[in-house]
Order: sequence, then structure tokens, then C-alpha cells
Amino acid sequence: MNWADASAGWSWNPVTDLQQIWAFPFMVNAFRAGTVVAVLAAVMGWFMVLRRQSFAGHTLAVVSFPGAAFATLLGIGAGFGYFAFCVGGALVIAAIPRAGQGGSGQESALTGTVQAFLLACGFLFVALYKGFLGGVNSLLFGSFLGITTLQVAVLTIVAAAALGALTVIGRPLLFASVDENVATGRGVPVRALSVVFLVLLGTATAEASQITGTLLVFALLVMPAAAAQQLTARPALSLALSVLIALAVTWTGLIAAYYSPYPIGFYVTTFAFSVYVLARATRALNTAVGRHRFAGAGAGAGAGAVA
Amino acid sequence: MSTVKPVTRPGDPVRYRVPGQAAEPRFPVVSLRGAGVRVGDRTLWSGVELDVGAGEFVAVLGPNGVGKSTLVKMLLGILPPAAGEVRVLGEAPGRAGQRIGYLPQRRSFDASLRIRGIDIVRLGLDGDRWGVPLPVPARFSARRRAARDRIAEVVELVGASAYAHRPIGECSGGEQQRLLIAQALVRDPELLLLDEPLDSLDLSHQGAVAALIGRICREAGVSVVMVAHDVNPILPWLDRVVYIAEGGAVAGRPQEVITTETLSRLYGVPVEVLRTSDGRLVVVGQPEAPAVHTDRHAEGGKP
Ligand SMILES: Nc1ncnc2c1ncn2[C@@H]1O[C@H](COP(=O)(O)OP(=O)(O)OP(=O)(O)O)[C@@H](O)[C@H]1O
Ligand SMILES: [Mg+2]
Repeated sequence: MNWADASAGWSWNPVTDLQQIWAFPFMVNAFRAGTVVAVLAAVMGWFMVLRRQSFAGHTLAVVSFPGAAFATLLGIGAGFGYFAFCVGGALVIAAIPRAGQGGSGQESALTGTVQAFLLACGFLFVALYKGFLGGVNSLLFGSFLGITTLQVAVLTIVAAAALGALTVIGRPLLFASVDENVATGRGVPVRALSVVFLVLLGTATAEASQITGTLLVFALLVMPAAAAQQLTARPALSLALSVLIALAVTWTGLIAAYYSPYPIGFYVTTFAFSVYVLARATRALNTAVGRHRFAGAGAGAGAGAVA
Repeated sequence: MSTVKPVTRPGDPVRYRVPGQAAEPRFPVVSLRGAGVRVGDRTLWSGVELDVGAGEFVAVLGPNGVGKSTLVKMLLGILPPAAGEVRVLGEAPGRAGQRIGYLPQRRSFDASLRIRGIDIVRLGLDGDRWGVPLPVPARFSARRRAARDRIAEVVELVGASAYAHRPIGECSGGEQQRLLIAQALVRDPELLLLDEPLDSLDLSHQGAVAALIGRICREAGVSVVMVAHDVNPILPWLDRVVYIAEGGAVAGRPQEVITTETLSRLYGVPVEVLRTSDGRLVVVGQPEAPAVHTDRHAEGGKP
């Protein structure tokens, strides 16, 4: 696991370091896959945070674990298991009325019950498949080793399809997410959009699980989006920031994991968490400075912002 | 008493024309014929006859939980009528959603929602369009410029310019309400369906917003159906009121409907309507808590 042995170590020269990392085909694939997954997860996560469907996202992430374990047990690729269970889970959540929204009450209790049961199933599948135990860690906490070119191709095609679908429904989805009643009145198919979005979220979760592991999916799904939304309230800008943050934490996470023996999920999560903390601090600072300036400039400041 | 036509009698539509508009016959913007509505297995009201002409200002009054918001939802096509015929802007409900401005009953945005007020207004303009806007600077796109100017115009109209660029969750309830009115107005609707728009506004803002809506109704000829609990702020602009009570409804001019006899008959309990020296109406003994009420009632929580 320790690739530091096979390499010259971190030289503080980014060019030589990257050249050295990319000399290994598996690292090139890891960067490709990480990039695809980061973009998809950041965009879907942005809508998920806005729609307050983090609980649904968490459920889908947990469900991907038994999916992967079951696929391994059957002897087919884990990727099939991720996609089948996540998209299936998304359809089940969509069928429970209002389970996605708010995550409160009876519906979320039901979602949580199913989630716990499936998690337990995952461990059963792992136990049934003896000798698989070493893989549990990477299923749960992520791994960047052994990503094949075929896998990268599949991740890219699925992500492109999901992002394409999101581009088509993007604006009505935003409308339905922030203002459900008015959107319904305008004839926006709110219910159908919610189902489509959950399926897209399931797809993003299935992809992200394959890099960060199922327990740390939120590192790419929630943290970049939450940090971006702290930094700006402009929808387009915060969506772009979310993608940038996700890319940054994925790349730095890959590099850090390459030079150290610890799992990639840990690094990606830690970096994303740091960005989130920084974003909150920046916003708190901005608010404080703004208040200070406002007190000085008087009421004119508010009108100035509009022009 | 004889001047008040109970709209619960089928086949006897009540039509009032706005003075000055009587000359040109217009087809009603909203027409209900023997309409009834059910939620769950409970009929809220039935046999309602109502016509709202172009440019008319109609208030919907009644106690909590009687089905006022449900009436608005039915006009939007969110809820199907259980009986009778309903036409909105000459079409079945839900078909003309593009030409309707809608303000739902008291909703406040989550304090953590990081979307600017102006984005909320913009969604009212083009939120139902598929696809995402290309990130072309407004300089190069006439359509974007037009959209930007229209949004700035309505935001200015409701006097929300000072806080339209703040995240909506950080705006006060009244500020949010104004931005939502701007959202309802942004597409130049022919019909405004406003569910308690004066709610959560202080007295002076109530007057200002009522005057704004009244002016839009009068000057732009927009029909307004407004759910309200207090007629006084809108009394100067009101053409008609619809009073909904358990089961049915009464429509007519305010001075005809909001009377001691009509309301007592409608509610089946003695109600007294008093008129203050400045023309304000005070309803005493109304089976409704006058000021404080909650948004949603538990099932069966009727007065
Ligand atoms: N989705 C629903 N399912 C079941 N009952 C509902 C639903 N929506 C509303 N109701 C019931 O229908 C009745 C009418 O509700 P509505 O919201 O139309 O009242 P309202 O006249 O607008 O009251 P308020 O003055 O408090 O706004 C209430 O008793 C309410 O409990
Ligand atoms: Mg209501």
C-alpha cells in the first residue's frame, strides 16, 4: 500500500511531482476518474444541499455498500452493484411520499429503517464472501488503486449522461427546489422532477462511492456545495465554486494518498472539511466587516449594492 | 338584503361590472359554475357561483380552515374541482398558469437558504423554462438585458431594491413578502391570485402594498383575487367580496355582503358589523380569531 517506497517522495516541485505520479497508468486513471466524479458529485450535491435532501443522499450512499458487496459476492463488477443499488434506492425513496424533503417525521424514519437494514445486509454479503474482508475497508473508505481504463470510460459516460439530463431540467429544478408552490402553479412538474433528481443523485452517489468509499461520499457530495453556498448566494457562481472545490480536494487528496499509506477518503474528507471551515470563517468575517462598514457609510450602502 | 345574491343558488350567476368597464363586454377571467371542492373525503364548499371580470378586485374572506387557500389552489389547477365547471382565463384551470401571478399563503424561506431575493424574482420570470441559461454577459444578449431590466423594474415597484441582493433567508418576513409579490408580478400576469399578501406586513406597509396592488389592478387592468382576513386595507379598491363559510359562499359588493344580516345568516350565529366614522368595517362576533391565526390547521380544526 505504501507507494512512497516506490517513488522518490514529495519534492515540493509540483511539475516533477506530477510527472512522477502520472508515470504510473493507475494514477492517471485515478486522476481521470477522480475528476469525473468530482464534477458530477459537486453539481448534484449543490442541488441536494439546496433541496435539503442530504438525508436521502446519505441513504443512497449507505445503500451503495451492500450493492457493491452483493455484486462482488455474485462475481460481477462492483460497479454494477453500486449503480443498481443506488438507482434502485433512489426510486424507493422517490416512492415514499415527501421522504426526500426535510428529512423529518415518519418518512425519514422509514428511510432510516430501510437504510439500517441494507447496511446490515452489506455486512452479511461480506461475511458470506469469505476472503473478501480486506476489501471492506476500501468499499467503506475509498480506494484509488486498480481503476481500469474501462471503468474510467463507464464513469465518464454515465456522468456525461447525468449532467446532460441535469442541464435540461436545471432551471425548473431550481425553481421547484426553492419555491415548490409557485412552481406547481406555473405548471412545473414538481413531482416528476423530484423523482428524476433522486435518480440522478443516486447515479452521482454510485460514482462518488467508488472513489471516496460509501461512508465518505459526503466529502464530495455535501462539503464542496455547502462551502460554495457559504461563500456566495449567486446560484451560477456558487455552482461553479462547488465544482472547483470538489476538483481541488480530489486532486490534492489523490496526491496526498499517493505519498502516504492512508486511504484517499480520509484526505479528501479532511481537505473538504478544511475548505468548509474556511468558507464559514470567511463569511463570518465578511459579515463582521460589512456590518462595520455599514455602520460607517450609513444607509447608502444598501442602495449602492443594487445599482 | 334583497340586493345580496347568494351564490349558492345554481344557475343564478352574479355579475358585477367595474364602473366604466360596463360598456365593453368582457368574458370573465374567472368563472365558477356550481363548483365544489373536496380534500380527503370532506367537502369544504360546494355550489359556488362566481364570475370575476377583467380588471376586477375581488377579496375572498372567511374564517380559518374554510377553504380559501383551497379555492386559490383549485383556480391554479393544483387541485381538481369535485363538482361543477371552473374556467380560468377562458381555459381549464392549470392551462393558463403562464398568465397568472400566484403568491402562496405565508411561507418563509429557511434562514440558511443561500439564494438572493433577486434570483427568486427571476425564477418567477423564467423558472419554468427548460434548460439552463447560457452564461452570456447581459451586454451581448438582448434577452438577458430585457430580463434584467424587467426584474429591476418590479423590484423597484414593490420597493425591495435595498435588500433584493441579499440572501432571501436573511430578509425579514415582510421583506420576503414584498419580493414574492415582485415575483408574482414579474411576468405581467392577467390575473393575480394572492393568498394573504398583507400577512406579516406592518400597518403602514399593509397600506402601501394594498395600494400597490390596487393601482396595478386599476391601471393595468389586472384582475385580482386576494384572500384576506381584514378588508379594511383593501376596501378602497374592492369591487367585490366573496365570503366563504362552512359549505357555501356569498358574493357581492362589500357594503352588501359585509352586513349584520348576511354574515349572521352565513355563519348561523349573531354577528354584528359596525362602521367607524372613517368608513372602516369592524366585524364583531365573527367566529374567527381576528388577528392571530396559524397557517395550517389540523384535520377537522374548523371554527
Ligand atoms: N393537503 C391537504 N390534505 C388534507 N386536508 C387539507 C389539505 N390542505 C388543506 N386541508 C384542509 O382543508 C381545509 C381548508 O384549508 P385551507 O388552507 O383552504 O383553509 P383557509 O381557508 O385558507 O384557512 P386559513 O385562513 O387558515 O388560511 C382545512 O381544514 C385543512 O385542514
Ligand atoms: Mg389559507
